[in-house]
Amino acid sequence: MFARGLKRKCADHEEDMGGALAGFRAVPSYSLQRQSLLDMSLVKLQLCHMLVEPNLCRSVLIANTVRQIQEEMTQDGTWRVAAPQSTGRAPLDRLVSTEILCRSMREQDGVHPAPGMGDDHVLGPGSELSTVTSAQTPRDPQNSVWEMDSPRENRGNFQKSLDQIFETLETRNPSSAEELFSDMDSSYYDLDTVLTGVVSRAEPGPCDGLQGLPPVATPASSSSCKSDLGELDHVMEILVET
Amino acid sequence: HMFRDRTVTSSVSWCCFPLGVLSDIISTVEFNHSGELLATGDKGGRVVIFQQEQENKIQSHSRGEYNVYSTFQSHEPEFDYLKSLEIEEKINKIRWLPQKNAAQFLLSTNDKTIKLWKISERDKRPEGYNLKEEDGRYRDPTTVTTLRVPVFRPMDLMVEASPRRIFANAHTYHINSISINSDYETYLSADDLRINLWHLEITDRSFNIVDIKPANMEELTEVITAAEFHPNSCNTFVYSSSKGTIRLCDMRASALCDRHSKLFEEPEDPSNRSFFSEIISSISDVKFSHSGRYMMTRDYLSVKIWDLNMENRPVETYQVHEYLRSKLCSLYENDCIFDKFECCWNGSDSVVMTGSYNNFFRMFDRNTKRDITLEASRENNKPRTVLKPRKVCASGKRKKDEISVDSLDFNKKILHTAWHPKENIIAVATTNNLYIFQDKVN
Repeated sequence: MFARGLKRKCADHEEDMGGALAGFRAVPSYSLQRQSLLDMSLVKLQLCHMLVEPNLCRSVLIANTVRQIQEEMTQDGTWRVAAPQSTGRAPLDRLVSTEILCRSMREQDGVHPAPGMGDDHVLGPGSELSTVTSAQTPRDPQNSVWEMDSPRENRGNFQKSLDQIFETLETRNPSSAEELFSDMDSSYYDLDTVLTGVVSRAEPGPCDGLQGLPPVATPASSSSCKSDLGELDHVMEILVET
Repeated sequence: HMFRDRTVTSSVSWCCFPLGVLSDIISTVEFNHSGELLATGDKGGRVVIFQQEQENKIQSHSRGEYNVYSTFQSHEPEFDYLKSLEIEEKINKIRWLPQKNAAQFLLSTNDKTIKLWKISERDKRPEGYNLKEEDGRYRDPTTVTTLRVPVFRPMDLMVEASPRRIFANAHTYHINSISINSDYETYLSADDLRINLWHLEITDRSFNIVDIKPANMEELTEVITAAEFHPNSCNTFVYSSSKGTIRLCDMRASALCDRHSKLFEEPEDPSNRSFFSEIISSISDVKFSHSGRYMMTRDYLSVKIWDLNMENRPVETYQVHEYLRSKLCSLYENDCIFDKFECCWNGSDSVVMTGSYNNFFRMFDRNTKRDITLEASRENNKPRTVLKPRKVCASGKRKKDEISVDSLDFNKKILHTAWHPKENIIAVATTNNLYIFQDKVN
């Protein structure tokens, strides 16, 4: 069971990290599990679009879960903890996967990201992360999920995005796809003990790491992932001249 | 009709009368006001009505059994051309009207359209027409020499269902509830974001009485999950939400009941908080007690009884399957966490019942505070034998006859149950089996 009451602090407090690490040896890191939950939720949302209208209640609940995770990750997403058997890079790779999912959807529609200002080692060599300027209207990527009377284009976009997601997961890093889709039962029983035993999130520490991640206006309104998909909608609107 | 109120958890022995396999997944079960009729709706849009046999006074060991009375196709699949989406024919809810004459009336609804059906019996037919033969062919007029009055002759009972009203085009989102008002003239229909008020006679108009759709759909974080009229006050109804709140509204206050008269919500237990807290707090069903003094809500793990006079917490809470709390992530992954279980009261409001997994269903006696778990399955229950209580072993050493949590079959879920309004007779629907359990009268 996840060690309760464990305060999470920034990388600055090195001596505390020693103690904190001790509690992590037994279970996969919290952020790793949380990221898995986020990935699973995003896939669930994308898979909503079939011939029959998606269940709105289910979609809303999943989206709220995604928001909760993103809020928490925004507040303490800079916190680095080494997972037991991997280097400090592994949890960051997992954090990145969501960005790449969103980015690939944008790229597929011909929108090229602005040159990123991120640290390369954060994102992986050769990756770029676009900036999100405050001028962009933050829009919920799940907008199309809710709007029952939205035009067909939005559904089509999501269908294309869905294909892109799976494509990305397969080609980019086979092991990560396997992580997500194979051995789900056993890994998620571990997730159970970790995630359902977690107490409410600790106070966010000062965020001074991970310069590359784009600033977020408010936790509730947008994150870089949402804004990327919002940009997609924005572009589509321009293209169809609505 | 005297209602014997014995403690169902101990002295009542439940016997099983399986009604057989229905051809499609059962999606709703409802007794009528007398309990003589039991209606089921299924995923294929069909309604099957069972009727209780008249009591056999000589063989008093069982009340009448339920046999098929009528079957009809209520809804057909449709296609929304504007949105390029199918509209499922699955029957989401059936509600009976109280009987006013020889015919029976019920409302059935799918995601978009509500229909009023009239079910009537025909056991006589006119014979001896002047101009027609018995088979319907017209007689040669030159052969007609006398005048006679047709008479009614008995025939085999025929039960006919005919649609009397179709209430369509009023819901953008999926209808989850219908509820008939105590005035027996109006009813409400609720979808994910709106509730409409109808008059049973008028199909081309409905009044919107609740609208929680945000101006900006990106801000949507909460949906309506169930709604019901108060059994006695025709101006009062409640609706529940995906955030675990129940709002009681008074239609006299304003035309659009945007502001609730009462808000029922239990504060969250901080020690149980997780990413799944909101999902499991989502209310899947809300039912008033027959008395109208209480209401019951079902969320993923529990059943709560609320006193309408106390908004800040329920007066009773019953854990349905607390052992699932440590499995929430797996249940999220396989979507079981979104299963919508219903709940129901017995006729005297002393016992409540709800379903669970592995074809288990649970009863909670409010007076004795005892509970029982029973299983609806063909393998374990021979007809007319007494049901054995079941037990789930949450952790540790499994006793004999107990089932461990990891052996539970999450595909076998009991979402729909109904309790006879007067007797200890219950209807329990597994995926496509319907079971009737009655207490064994010695």
